[in-house]
Amino acid sequence: MVDTAIVTSPAPKAPAAALRTRFFDSDLWASFKRSKVTMAAAFVTALFFAAAVLAGVLSPQNPFDPAQLELLNSRVPPLWESGGQAPFLLGTDQQGRDMLSAILYGLRISLVVGVLGVAFSATLGIALGLIAGYFGGAVDTVIMRIADVQLTFQAILIALLIDGVVKSVLGNQLDAGTVLGVLVFSIGLSFWVQYARTVRGSVMVEKNKDYVAAARLIGLPAPVIMVRHVLPNVLGPVLVIATINLALAVITEATLSFLGSGMPQTMPSLGTLIRIGNNFLFSGEWWIVAFPGIALAGLVLAINLLGDWLRDALNPRLR
Amino acid sequence: MSSAASAPARPAVAPSSRDPGRPFVEVRNLRRVFDVSKPWLNRVLEGGDRQFLTAVADVSFDIASGETFALVGESGSGKSTVARMVVGLLPATAGEVHIDGVSMTNPAASAERQRLRRRIQMIFQDPYASLNPRWRVDRIVAEPIRAFRLIEGERAIRDRVGDLLGLVGLHPDDGAKYPHEFSGGQRQRIAIARALASDADFIVCDEPTSALDVSVQAQILNLMRDLQDRFGLTFLFISHNLAVVRHMASRIGVMYLGRIVEVSGGHELFAAPKHPYTRMLLDAVPDVAMTGKERIPVKGEIPNPITPPSGCPFNPRCPFANERCRAEVPPLLEGVACHAVHEGRIEKGLVAA
Amino acid sequence: MTEPVLSVRDLRVEFVTRRGVLKAIDGISFDIARGEVLGVVGESGAGKSVTGAAVIGLIDPPGRIAAGEIRLSGERIDNLKPEAMRRVRGKRIGMIFQDPLTSLNPLYRVGHQLVETIQTHTNLSGAAARKRAIDLLAEVGIPAPERRIDGYPHEFSGGMRQRVVIALALCAEPELIIADEPTTALDVSVQAQIIALLERLGREHGTAIMLITHDMGVIAEAADRVAVMYSGRIAEIGPVRDVVRNPLHPYARGLMGAIPSLASEADRLVQIPGSMPRLSAIPPGCPFNPRCPHAWERCRVDRPEPIQHDVHRVACHLYDANDPSAEARRAQTHPPAEEGVPA
Repeated sequence: MVDTAIVTSPAPKAPAAALRTRFFDSDLWASFKRSKVTMAAAFVTALFFAAAVLAGVLSPQNPFDPAQLELLNSRVPPLWESGGQAPFLLGTDQQGRDMLSAILYGLRISLVVGVLGVAFSATLGIALGLIAGYFGGAVDTVIMRIADVQLTFQAILIALLIDGVVKSVLGNQLDAGTVLGVLVFSIGLSFWVQYARTVRGSVMVEKNKDYVAAARLIGLPAPVIMVRHVLPNVLGPVLVIATINLALAVITEATLSFLGSGMPQTMPSLGTLIRIGNNFLFSGEWWIVAFPGIALAGLVLAINLLGDWLRDALNPRLR
Repeated sequence: MSSAASAPARPAVAPSSRDPGRPFVEVRNLRRVFDVSKPWLNRVLEGGDRQFLTAVADVSFDIASGETFALVGESGSGKSTVARMVVGLLPATAGEVHIDGVSMTNPAASAERQRLRRRIQMIFQDPYASLNPRWRVDRIVAEPIRAFRLIEGERAIRDRVGDLLGLVGLHPDDGAKYPHEFSGGQRQRIAIARALASDADFIVCDEPTSALDVSVQAQILNLMRDLQDRFGLTFLFISHNLAVVRHMASRIGVMYLGRIVEVSGGHELFAAPKHPYTRMLLDAVPDVAMTGKERIPVKGEIPNPITPPSGCPFNPRCPFANERCRAEVPPLLEGVACHAVHEGRIEKGLVAA
Repeated sequence: MTEPVLSVRDLRVEFVTRRGVLKAIDGISFDIARGEVLGVVGESGAGKSVTGAAVIGLIDPPGRIAAGEIRLSGERIDNLKPEAMRRVRGKRIGMIFQDPLTSLNPLYRVGHQLVETIQTHTNLSGAAARKRAIDLLAEVGIPAPERRIDGYPHEFSGGMRQRVVIALALCAEPELIIADEPTTALDVSVQAQIIALLERLGREHGTAIMLITHDMGVIAEAADRVAVMYSGRIAEIGPVRDVVRNPLHPYARGLMGAIPSLASEADRLVQIPGSMPRLSAIPPGCPFNPRCPHAWERCRVDRPEPIQHDVHRVACHLYDANDPSAEARRAQTHPPAEEGVPA
């Protein structure tokens, strides 16, 4: 006769409701509400993302459509300055492109490259980190040494290098869509290392835990154990890295575009806009470089602040 | 201190292995050596030798079907390493393990081994690390069922999981929760449910209650015994706690520094321990009932397993050690591995009362 | 009668969290006399470590001592400023923690740590302090102390390290030593040595010892008196032999029955259903009432205060002389007192 020992609670609440209440009850949310700076940063970031998504709706014109541009409208100053014209709220550039529209679309490009780049590097880094941590030995050594070598170079240089190599293979006159792809690829390849190292460390800890031994005992093959058992437990720090990395990816793309290796004029990102606008700075048309610059700085700052908060909030040691 | 003959040893359930002549679990000359040398570069630069740690030197024992065999020892005795080699989690450096006639150590027998895996399960020491924190309990318990394809259909699997949870004293609806919502004792129950999920008949328990409070330990031990009686389970029970082992096991092997120094029936070991280490261990156990008892002071500590003593591993601490003990490793004869006992130098008797 | 070294009265320790106030300790009182070893035993969550931390002044926010008094040789120490408490700690109260590995600084030689502690709390010169350190090491049973004093902690084995930690605790001749699970991380054979050592030192130096552990066996060996804690309160306190052989509180009785013993013949271990309540969900009345086989309506409402019964002080309504039903209930449920375990 088996003694039933515990009076357990009756059936739990439906999972969906439980998750919602659990979230708003959690320490994470409480920590979020406590920090005004973080709430502001989150709001700004959300604003930027929304603006990027709704660029088509919000902008007065489509700056990539040459038919909508008129040279007559070029170099118009912002609305509040003398000489400003509606509907050009922030002025126009040398091609007659409305700055606000250009910024909104440029923001979209920057964020697309940033998010895709992070997705790529995260996937690559997590996969390599999992393999290195779980199998150890020679596999681990090879992957980690490659990582070490890559770390000695600045990410920008690596991105430039990869960018250059790919363009020399594919030819120089590429359409904007392909350039975007190349950018995502090179940024992704330059940032995988941090994910890999962090994940590898966590994997090495988790693989010695008994629940992994229990899975091995049933005879499950290694890839199944790695993905189903270990992976969910090592993803924690990845979110933090990804957030901070997003800011870095956006800046890297902007730098590449500024240097001329990134998005072309026909489909400019914020970095490209800054590059273009730079030429006109000293002739007094400051708005062509200033507004894209402010947008970029604001975006990166907001994401960084969010990432900082997330790292502290999720750090079990600080709690 | 008498008590031995009065209480019956726990009876073993009738054996059901294929070859009635062969014990259910057979372990022969099991050995495990770890290479703990410093990395090659360090050795070259600092000029060190390779270092090896012999966790298990030479261990042999049998387990009959339905019985509970315990391996007891302190840290460094190698008992956990033996447990992991028996289930195949750790490869053996040498020696053989056969469970129901199937070899666990021979690489060629892997297909047979996979079939056998269903019947072998393990319960681990740390209830907080033995369940995947990101999986719900029902998924954890159902994993062996799915892995061995024992039941088809989600509804049927869910029902079975509910039955298993009920069997270990939990509510079937607890399956929807996560491990962190349970206490240590409840988690061990979940681990037991998982072990039963594949209809296993051989369960290795590695210190299953060491991390639990006393009253919870009592619940879990009682539960394990009830389940054993009900399903005819065979247990290999690893522990450092002599009192727990006495309560659970029908036969006990005492390990010291990678070797078995004494094997004996449950109550017999405590009534009439033969090996000097066993006697010292029994003497050292602070026991609730023995308040006011005089103790024979204990000498020394367990030596470093990387540099074990020559000959009998216990000789530096043994009051009966002689030259032969320092030179030769005593073989396990009649349940004891001790020259002094074999030579009749120690009076085989009771612990000083 | 001389004053007790440690006197605790109605101590309450609370943790203030977002979800409310958690009462880790809810009104405990006990004394420890000179040279006496008081065992504080309980399962995880009972509050025994918190008690030790409260006495030595190491309760950090969000925890705080909410009420009660702690007196060391008659003087109050619970309301001292941190600086004053720091002086008391180490000089008059020594502490031994569970893990000898982390109690010693791995970067400093053992001798350095001993001498530093000695010089902080006494006026001895360097050479004299070193001599005292060597004497202490010898006293705790470290062989060849004059050589080993210059060793690093990792060069000692587990049991030896714990002896060094004990020596450190003794450095300044404290009046009270708090040992929190001092033998849990050690092997059985070494445990016995350490327990014997603690006992002897208490006797020889007249130091009062508060021995916190979950291991009843250790208490039975080493302690003179024992306090059984449950859910932040003391369920029963009395001389160790009496509490172990004839526990009065139903929880204590269940606990003794649940411990597998080398001498008992019980086929089944006594099982107390359920588990200790979480701090956020302590039931009203007696905290043990949901699990108690003898509970009645009063237990669910009235919180039992400690009552003197024989040599025990027990917090259970069954022993309330003023309750008319108590004696009858007691007779029903209390088996004839065992005169100790048959030898």
